[in-house]
Amino acid sequence: MSIISESARATGPTLRARILKRLGQIRGGRYAVISIPGLWLAVFFFIPFLVVFKISLAETAIAIPPYTSLFEFDLEEAMLDISINLGNYRYLFEDDFYLSAYLNSVKIAAISTFFTLLIGFPMAYLIARSHGATRTLLLSLVILPFWTSFLLRVYAWMGILQKNGIVNDFLMSIGLIDTPLTILQTDVAVYIGIVYTYLPFMVLPLYTALEKLDGALLEAAEDLGCKPAQTFFLITLPLSLPGVVAGCLLVFIPAVGEFVIPALLGGSDTLMIGRVLWDEFFLSRDWPMASAVATVMLIVLVLPIMLIRNNAEKQGESS
Amino acid sequence: MKRSSTFLSVSAATGFVFLYAPIVALIIYSFNKSKLVTVWGGWSLKWYTELFKNDQIIDAALVSVKIAVISATLAVVLGTLAGFVLTRFGRFRGKMILSGWTTAPLVMPEVITGLSLLLLFVAMEGMFGWPAGRGTGTVIIAHTTFCLAYVAVIVQSRLISLDETLEEAAMDLGARPASLFFLVTLPLIAPALVSGWLLSFTLSLDDLVIASFVSGPGDSTLPMVIFSKVRLGVSPEVNALATLMILTVAVGVIAAVFQMRRQHRSQEIQE
Repeated sequence: MSIISESARATGPTLRARILKRLGQIRGGRYAVISIPGLWLAVFFFIPFLVVFKISLAETAIAIPPYTSLFEFDLEEAMLDISINLGNYRYLFEDDFYLSAYLNSVKIAAISTFFTLLIGFPMAYLIARSHGATRTLLLSLVILPFWTSFLLRVYAWMGILQKNGIVNDFLMSIGLIDTPLTILQTDVAVYIGIVYTYLPFMVLPLYTALEKLDGALLEAAEDLGCKPAQTFFLITLPLSLPGVVAGCLLVFIPAVGEFVIPALLGGSDTLMIGRVLWDEFFLSRDWPMASAVATVMLIVLVLPIMLIRNNAEKQGESS
Repeated sequence: MKRSSTFLSVSAATGFVFLYAPIVALIIYSFNKSKLVTVWGGWSLKWYTELFKNDQIIDAALVSVKIAVISATLAVVLGTLAGFVLTRFGRFRGKMILSGWTTAPLVMPEVITGLSLLLLFVAMEGMFGWPAGRGTGTVIIAHTTFCLAYVAVIVQSRLISLDETLEEAAMDLGARPASLFFLVTLPLIAPALVSGWLLSFTLSLDDLVIASFVSGPGDSTLPMVIFSKVRLGVSPEVNALATLMILTVAVGVIAAVFQMRRQHRSQEIQE
């Protein structure tokens, strides 16, 4: 009976409410389900940051693990010794090396993001304006590289950009240059690498935003005498702004901490903070310093990461 | 108007060429006879036979595939739960935190994720004696954690676009939440789970940075071996390996597209 009367109602409670009601009947059922992914992420995603912060306040020591502990229990005097070392942070801000590594990473990431947007926008626009099979094909062409190895795609550029590589061979054969250019192991190669590997991350959110764009608006603008450039800056760009923001953040944030690209394509003077962290850890074996570098990098990136979440939520609400 | 559309096509085409030229070059040069990678010495399969004789690469590939299969499976289970909870459970305490934790790993620089997990494992070993040392197990945990985020995003977007009436009907017919989930929701989002698994598998197979931090001395994964080989310069064996990996993926993706098209068409015919 109750089933019939429930389904007979024209406007019942939402699916969400009903799942919750049923789950509520099982004691703690709801939180048991939530806690499975919740606990995993708490232990293996959130708590690690606290550990990093804690170790950034320690000092290096010749021991296993190679750092001093912050808390020392003295059983005889029943005392808790807390030794916090801010030296790593002081060093981080006093030494020009780290400061310029941070600034240089942000600069390289920002410039690469700009070029990714410049190359990605026409691609996304073309895909959004195409139809049927063409659209599917173009879209899969953008997604396909995403499925192939990131490491190998960065590596592919080594053969292209090196001294006797494809680019130099080509330029010399057409007589544009006499001696090979040094491109590999410079900042230029790093820019090319970042733009290349992160391009799909830019095109996909742009496409999603442009696809929703109402063609009638563009026609209206044209009818009212807008030139193509005006239509673009007055209508297309503002309306696709959420996609632009999402794409830029998806490229910028990981690019700041990039390690593989500067390591394979950059020169020894290409200063990027991801590489500095790697060297502190693997070469100097200074775990506390590496942790301090990571903590500050995280603080720099917290704002853009929050932005990306808010942006995603806004898009979710509007759709 | 005509001129602007030519401009658009040309600039978009440049983008696509940019995206594929390096991959094509890599594939062509993998058949190069010459040891000097960029000097063309004629066609040859020499580097493929060299590749299969290289035990270090083969062993590392096996380790990587094992890690990728296990972590992709775990990531699908946990990521689906996270995606389901975030879209179907309404508001609950800690929802903001959970959704933050499931999106942040997507953009977190790998060096931070790798370092933080390593320090966690070391601290846990000191406190509880687990995990004892580092190896494939710790790499699996690390990969599961970041792949989980990708699966959660895919499942969430699928659930949001899913018509809720089927689930409503099941509830009307008295399904309990567990049977609703396993009998109705799960089959409906199965395609999302498959792509989530495949994506996790490739991400895990590809990861260099996180694995370098959390793996043990004896368990080098394939990307770690590749990185140590190419760090000093281009290697023809790696070209051959890359070609094989890229072709496998290309064949898989093309097959998937055709399969989806066929299903799509048969559905249209039925309707």
